[in-house]
Amino acid sequence: MDDLLREFLTETNESLDVVDVELVKFEQEPNNATILDNIFRLVHTIKGTCGFLGLPRLEALAHAAETLMGKFRDGAPVTQAAVSLILSSIDRIKGILAELEEAEGEEPTGSDDDLIKQLEYMSEHAFDDAQGGGAAAAEAEDAPATGATASHDADAAAIKPLDQSLERELRPGEVSLDELERAFQETAIEIELPEPKPEPEPKATDVASISEGGKSEDAHHEKAPGDKKSSVSNQSIRVNVETLEHLMTMVSELVLTRNQLLEIVRRHEDSEFKVPLQRLSNVTAELQEGVMKTRMQPIGHAWQKLPRVVRDLSQELDKPIELEMIGADTELDRQVLELIKDPLTHMVRNSADHGLEGPEARKAAGKPEQGTITLAAYHEGGHIIIEVKDDGKGLDVDAIKAKAIKSGLHTEADLEKMTDAQIHRMIFAAGFSTAAKVTSVSGRGVGMDVVRNNIELIGGSVDLKSVPGKGTSFIIKIPLTLAIVSTLIVESSGDRFAIPQLSVVELVRVQNNSEHRIERIKDTPVLRLRNKLLPLLHLSSLLGMETVANADEALDQDNGFIVVMQVGSQTFGVVVDGVFHTEEIVVKPMSTMLRNIAMFSGNTILGDGSVIMIIDPNGIASAMASHASSALAEQDEEEHDERKKFVDHHATTSMLLFRAGSAEPKAVPLSLVTRLEEFQVSEIERSNGRDLVQYRGALMPLVYIEPSHAHRTEGTQPMLVFSDSGRSMGLVVDEIVDIVEDKLNIEVGSDQPGILGSAVIKEKATEIIDLGHYLPMAFEDWFVRKEMASEALTKSLLFVDDSAFFRNMLTPVLKAAGYDVTVCDSARAAVQVLQSGRKFDVVVSDIEMPEVNGFEFCEALRRDPRFRSIPVLALSSLVTPASIERGRQAGFDDYVAKFDRPGLIAALKDVLTNETRAAA
Amino acid sequence: MRDDRNQKAAAGTASGSGNEAIQYVTVVIGGQLFGLKISQVHDVFVPESVTRVPLAQPEVQGVLNLRGRIVTAINMRRRLSLPPLEGGQTMMAVGIEYKSESYGLVIDTVGEVLTLAANSREPNPTNLDQRWAEISAGVHRLDGQLMVILDVERLLGAMMSEPIAA
Repeated sequence: MDDLLREFLTETNESLDVVDVELVKFEQEPNNATILDNIFRLVHTIKGTCGFLGLPRLEALAHAAETLMGKFRDGAPVTQAAVSLILSSIDRIKGILAELEEAEGEEPTGSDDDLIKQLEYMSEHAFDDAQGGGAAAAEAEDAPATGATASHDADAAAIKPLDQSLERELRPGEVSLDELERAFQETAIEIELPEPKPEPEPKATDVASISEGGKSEDAHHEKAPGDKKSSVSNQSIRVNVETLEHLMTMVSELVLTRNQLLEIVRRHEDSEFKVPLQRLSNVTAELQEGVMKTRMQPIGHAWQKLPRVVRDLSQELDKPIELEMIGADTELDRQVLELIKDPLTHMVRNSADHGLEGPEARKAAGKPEQGTITLAAYHEGGHIIIEVKDDGKGLDVDAIKAKAIKSGLHTEADLEKMTDAQIHRMIFAAGFSTAAKVTSVSGRGVGMDVVRNNIELIGGSVDLKSVPGKGTSFIIKIPLTLAIVSTLIVESSGDRFAIPQLSVVELVRVQNNSEHRIERIKDTPVLRLRNKLLPLLHLSSLLGMETVANADEALDQDNGFIVVMQVGSQTFGVVVDGVFHTEEIVVKPMSTMLRNIAMFSGNTILGDGSVIMIIDPNGIASAMASHASSALAEQDEEEHDERKKFVDHHATTSMLLFRAGSAEPKAVPLSLVTRLEEFQVSEIERSNGRDLVQYRGALMPLVYIEPSHAHRTEGTQPMLVFSDSGRSMGLVVDEIVDIVEDKLNIEVGSDQPGILGSAVIKEKATEIIDLGHYLPMAFEDWFVRKEMASEALTKSLLFVDDSAFFRNMLTPVLKAAGYDVTVCDSARAAVQVLQSGRKFDVVVSDIEMPEVNGFEFCEALRRDPRFRSIPVLALSSLVTPASIERGRQAGFDDYVAKFDRPGLIAALKDVLTNETRAAA
Repeated sequence: MRDDRNQKAAAGTASGSGNEAIQYVTVVIGGQLFGLKISQVHDVFVPESVTRVPLAQPEVQGVLNLRGRIVTAINMRRRLSLPPLEGGQTMMAVGIEYKSESYGLVIDTVGEVLTLAANSREPNPTNLDQRWAEISAGVHRLDGQLMVILDVERLLGAMMSEPIAA
């Protein structure tokens, strides 16, 4: 029963799809008897099977629909309302089937009386005025439908006394014997069975005498068309898709093995294996082709639902729409077919909804009232092109622009620079819908981005062309099959990579003296190709395999190949060192560990047994795009620079408040202070023109905030002790006021040495001390100590912090540790500096920064092959396990608290020594 | 002095190993003895023609073909922040399966199979290098040396980074 049911479900679903299409056709050509016969037969079969399998609900519904169609066949006028009604019955049947499948054979409970009543009513009044059809259907709700059924059945009963042997009234789904017989005869004639048709009468009588008569009759009834079917279907069998998939995998493996064998034989010239291997190779190729064929289906299968979709939309939107389909027999892999079904449907809906204008607007534009959506499919060099075209108004560039600005995707300035084509493409961005209002059809903001993602998922691409007033056309390019990919094997810095042919447009050989050579515009390599400038990228630098300098060198040599690639509408050249050959490969997924590398889509085993990485063209395209957009970021940076100088720093900081010299409070971050001490003034000694105290067995120089200020002569002298690497300095203050926790927000900068600026602390303007000014006063070489410099000064360090305070405070500390420090006040500026080609051994970045925070900054660095190997340290006032974990995920090598200076220096040493070790 | 203590303790555990015994495959990485649970080790092989994977984490040495399967090779020396093996010595690899994917841990040499009592395992010393502690499931004291238990789950689990949204 289970098998039977499954068979039934597949078959019925297929039949229903056909019915859908046929009905739409029929509506347009109501006089075409062949179509009607076809529909009638299909519905009839469904009804019959349902009866046989004991599915009364489906049976009743199918029966009612069939009755109405029977009236059409008898010559009743075909109305739109009637067709709509039948279509909705078909939909209901589909719904029930779906539930049936889920419940594994249990027919869902529920009633279809509403539809059945309408269908019956419409059947009754089929010969009435056609115009009244719609209204009549509505009235049907009130009409005494049961009565109608009863009378119908009663008629049948009166004519054929045999029915009385059932000893009950016929259920709505059941047919009386005379109808059955009539159907038999008709069917028999229609199908023109070669053998003499079976005599139905005696069997029918037998069956009728048992109580389950109704159903069995139908089953029997079903037999006639079934016989005919088997004569055709003898030539084809249903094969489980899984079986095919498995077969495909095995063939793929076979292809790989064959390739390996061929490679071995190639190395041994006069091998006796040569001839049999050649044969094996041919057979394998044929087998591969054969198995591929089993998976191929005409694209028309994916289009099957579309006429119905368009018809419904046409009514819903009140726009006459014609759907034209070209190349429906173009074949492609069923896996691909399944995957593009939904995107295609969505695009057609989109075209109908906001591609095409309403009839009035069309008339006004001088176009025929009926809009046309054209679907076309054709082969083009190993892949399939599907075009969805409408002759509507085209994309509204201004609306897209407005939306882009509103959603913050781009600024107006960016948009000014973009071409129309670039703006059009924005509709593929996530959450982008230009539909003015949300209709039930589209405009919900999930749309073209999902379409694009789905298509890219199967290695395809989508692009669009739009001409104002003429229409829009979407061009989808998809591979024939997903299982085997034809790739180009290239070499870059000694490693081989496979580039899918799908995205390769052409190969250009470049040499210094040839007509094609690499030129540059401000360090950006380009190629002049047929009067167009092609942006170039070196594959090795994309993959971070060479330092920037080497890549430039390689480019300078300017000998190599450029693989011209097209992804979507983006065309660019990838420079490689060598091109070998093309090879059919079976894509194997990468291990989870490597899956986050966007540049690769998978890996495979080549003929020679080695593993090769498969380049993901989409990954390269987005790397290319981010390359371009970083240039835009530079400009922004300059504009914001001034404003950003003193940005809010939201994290609170522990500050030590003290008074020294003047009456205004001064402050220094508590974490910088090693200790608070008080000395007897008498302990202060003067030597070599400086004040010193003996502190922990060593002399500690004292520094006064304001040297001119009168010193105390007796009592105790408070001071702040700062220690670093065994040296200490005492900063003499008048009075230690308080320790407060507050936001450190330097609002007014200062020109006065020793003062960073003023901030509001405890609601009072407070001067923030610049320690970097005082430390050298104690030890002139505080920041340039020779023993460190010799080794560490070779290390260049990029320090990113938005707060001027920390920049000023930590820069000296870092310099003191012997680093060559470059300071940036934002992640953007840092990226700019990095992009400019300067090399850094290590990057230290703040986390809490406006616009681009440290996590994002680090992620960006990790994504860019040129910078991903630079160690990056996070510096934050916020140190929690969660933030450390977040930092680790973002790719930071270490995470240090902002005021933990020894920690920072230690961490720097750590990452740098690791780095040299790893490099060694 | 420390060694003496170790030996004594090792002897003690050997005689009193009444409880559950675990078999370990020992490997040497940078002179240090490590142990992997034998149930986790699928095979031992010499990693040949390893294909580099650019942009991968530095610990990933590359991918290689092991009898038709693609194996991701992880350089344990790099993972443990050890300098690379000197001058052309052949490395070995231990094949393991993690979440139905094949990985190869590239190590210096493979030792023997040891059967050790589970209760003689000691927790990581608190001052163990962070990078080591992350992947160590404890320490066994053997005659004259210590064996660090390599926790494969943690080693590989930590390397599975969430894909960064582009």
